Amino acid sequence: MRLLAALALVASLAMPAGAFAGVDKPNLPKARSGPCIAPPEVMRREHPDMLKHQRTVTVHEGVVGAKVSLEGCIDCHGPAREFCAQCHRYAGVHLDCFQCHASRPSR
Amino acid sequence: MNVTRRQFFGTTAALAGMAVAPGLLLIEIRQANSATRASSKVRWGMLVDTTRCVEGCTACVTACNKENGLSGGTGPDDSQWIRKIELKEKSTGRALSLPVMCQHCAKPPCVDVCPTGASFKRADGIVLVDRHLCIGCRYCMMACPYKARSFVHEPLHDQKPDVPRGQGCVEACTLCVQRVDRGREPACVEACRTEGRDALLFGDLNDPGSAIARRMREAGARQIRADLALDTGVRYQGF
Repeated sequence: MRLLAALALVASLAMPAGAFAGVDKPNLPKARSGPCIAPPEVMRREHPDMLKHQRTVTVHEGVVGAKVSLEGCIDCHGPAREFCAQCHRYAGVHLDCFQCHASRPSR
Repeated sequence: MNVTRRQFFGTTAALAGMAVAPGLLLIEIRQANSATRASSKVRWGMLVDTTRCVEGCTACVTACNKENGLSGGTGPDDSQWIRKIELKEKSTGRALSLPVMCQHCAKPPCVDVCPTGASFKRADGIVLVDRHLCIGCRYCMMACPYKARSFVHEPLHDQKPDVPRGQGCVEACTLCVQRVDRGREPACVEACRTEGRDALLFGDLNDPGSAIARRMREAGARQIRADLALDTGVRYQGF
């Protein structure tokens, strides 16, 4: 999956902008509160690893209130359909977190 | 500058941690948080007093459905985490009503048969399904002698933020792990008390001073299908 994403990125750099005319550039909504847990460039690259690590700790060891949480992403950035889905569609990376997880802010 | 010995070592260690690798620092932070994780010193359990459980009352089931976002349907394709069972002894006519849910076995057959490690027992005795690993094979449902597990057949929407559930995974009572980890008791126990029945008692079986351990010591408690020697975390009184 990461390899695919990387290839898509390389391809997007190599090709003229017109090649992606069918896919809208992500136009992300503004986050609701304060700074994110890490700078945007780190979040863009690392968020899958952060979440994957945290899910194991949370489910198996019962740690609640961790810094990294999917619920936290959604609460700040808004519904997954508007925030997560845009970039994932643009990069062509399948996203299935929200088949199980709540995709809308709880508060 | 006047620095105590303790302060000096504290700052030096913190700086060294940052200098060696960011990963090391993360490990330190994780260890510092260890108080909040599931501990094997605790064994969560529940005691059902069947003499206080009333036929027709489904407060626990309703509370469970609400807390965990279940539909409340009782068809073969619906998830049921608690079932109310009505029993009648034929010879005497004595009737008995009791809730049956995942018994949170110390030696859970569902965990034994799971091919992916999705069925697992937490350090504190709560038996769960890690939906990230579940492939929906349903071996665990076959293995469970209590018929405690359900399979999600249809896509779900609007799940609770604290209780992720989805199509293609097996699920069961979690002892309301999302509440227990925040120091609260399961929703069914709270509902039973609110209803004025007080038939359910939740607590730490390992702590001899806890209310549940005391009541089990004084009045005794039975396991359903004790012959299977699964050492269940959910115990029953009054039958």
